[in-house]
Amino acid sequence: MTAQAFLFYAFAVLAVISALGMVMNVRNTVAGAMSLVITMVALAGIYVLLEAHLVAVIQIMVYGGAIVVLFLFVVMLLNLRSDDFPPRRQRLMKLAGVAIGVFALSTTFRLFGGLPEPPLLPEGYGGYREVGLALYTDYLLLVEMISLLLTAAIVGALILAQRRIG
Amino acid sequence: MLIGVIIKSLFILIVMVAGLAPVITWIERKQSAVMQDRIGANRADVNGITLLGLLHPLADVFKLISKEDVVPHGANRIMHLISPVIAAVPAVIAFAVIPFGGVYTIGGETISLVAANPDWGLLYIFAIGSIAMYGTVMAGWSSNNNWSLIGGLRASAQMISYEVTMGLSVVGVFMVFGTLQLQDMAVAQDGTFRIFGFLENLFGLALPPWLDWISLPAWGVFYQPLGFVMFLTTIMAENKRPPFDTPEGESEIIAGYHLEYSGMRFGLFFMAEFIEVLVIAGLMTTIFLGGWSVPWLPTETIIAAVAGIFGEGFATGICIIVHFLAFMLKVVFMIWLQMALRWTLPRFRYDQVMDLCWKIILPLSIANIFVTGAVILISEGGA
Repeated sequence: MTAQAFLFYAFAVLAVISALGMVMNVRNTVAGAMSLVITMVALAGIYVLLEAHLVAVIQIMVYGGAIVVLFLFVVMLLNLRSDDFPPRRQRLMKLAGVAIGVFALSTTFRLFGGLPEPPLLPEGYGGYREVGLALYTDYLLLVEMISLLLTAAIVGALILAQRRIG
Repeated sequence: MLIGVIIKSLFILIVMVAGLAPVITWIERKQSAVMQDRIGANRADVNGITLLGLLHPLADVFKLISKEDVVPHGANRIMHLISPVIAAVPAVIAFAVIPFGGVYTIGGETISLVAANPDWGLLYIFAIGSIAMYGTVMAGWSSNNNWSLIGGLRASAQMISYEVTMGLSVVGVFMVFGTLQLQDMAVAQDGTFRIFGFLENLFGLALPPWLDWISLPAWGVFYQPLGFVMFLTTIMAENKRPPFDTPEGESEIIAGYHLEYSGMRFGLFFMAEFIEVLVIAGLMTTIFLGGWSVPWLPTETIIAAVAGIFGEGFATGICIIVHFLAFMLKVVFMIWLQMALRWTLPRFRYDQVMDLCWKIILPLSIANIFVTGAVILISEGGA
């Protein structure tokens, strides 16, 4: 086994275990959020193996850092406990989880043994220069549309918060 | 290659982390004493030898190690035990991308005195900084103490907010140097620029040749003075030391997130803070103060001057030592600056900390990016 394959399996196992840890930790939501952080970091490791360096760093900065901290913030302020969740919804969630798990497993089995050879990567692939050039030339319109959408979301959140205070 | 990396990492760990971090606690004590007209720490002694109080860090370590490690009743034991480690490790590994010397050629081999030089350089520091946040947040939550919880929440809100502005405040520097790699930034600053050169570029004036003598080192602080001030402010806020120590706020929430910690686990938070002071100093030096470069004396000039007498190899060796000393001198200056700020300013109120971040630094940093972009566009003749 090459070092890359070994690292891939290590990160993949870590990601799956921590993802399961997040889903199973109904009793302790903060521990669940921390498992989510580990999943994010493990995924970032897999992105590095795929040469997507910028995406890996952004993954840790934005998802591993900022977004899960916001989750934690909410969870800590609400101080949720296991008996705060109604049992019926929990059963529904479990059913949904099993369905998605079966779907994922069947997809994996269908792909077994039939993966295409990976293409040769161009020079500097996945670096900030290439990603930036792609974003601000080929996909400029989409980037601008997303930024507009995010601005609208921020303004909406502010209005909702203000109504609540006022 | 691998051996080189190991040697550089060991050098960083021994000289920077183990050697310099304890000295900073001494510097802090002495600096505060000088600023408050006191004598400062001078009592710890071994057989009557006090070394100007330099033995105090050693006494601190002995005291902290020998104390009982208490886990409060009702606390989340695992989280409580690992939180200080999560807080301390990122501070140490941040040194991996900070260059402590330049790029040299010895016997046909190129040696770059930085442990790791990835393409995304500075982003690495931002990424591990965002992981370090969990140390403080989880410490606050796991202690089963409301003051700790408030401290942890304050810490998380403050650190998320300042991470945004920290990133934006150095974008101008990325644009000027055209790179994210810290070693490349330091190399780009190893030179000078003519103060009146822009008159020639912009208006096509023919300048008298003696004006060329008036030059400044090509340091980031001269290209991005506003960026320097903003980045220093935001990164000091990330470190949660006064005047941004609302997560600890002794007068309001006792000691904030590390209230329930004792012994060496408290010591780890304490150490992380001081190692971060060192990381900040190294980072500011590399980005804004030219890193290892000696002002007005580029690497080639130093090597050429010495090589005439002692030969090429020896000259390179001299150059490495000179560069390392220059780097350390600038680092010590930045440490002094942080200490002086810390003991001058009183603590901001929590809403003032947030206002400073979102209402002052954020708009200023975006304006800085626009102005920098416009200047680069004009000076390169694009518009």
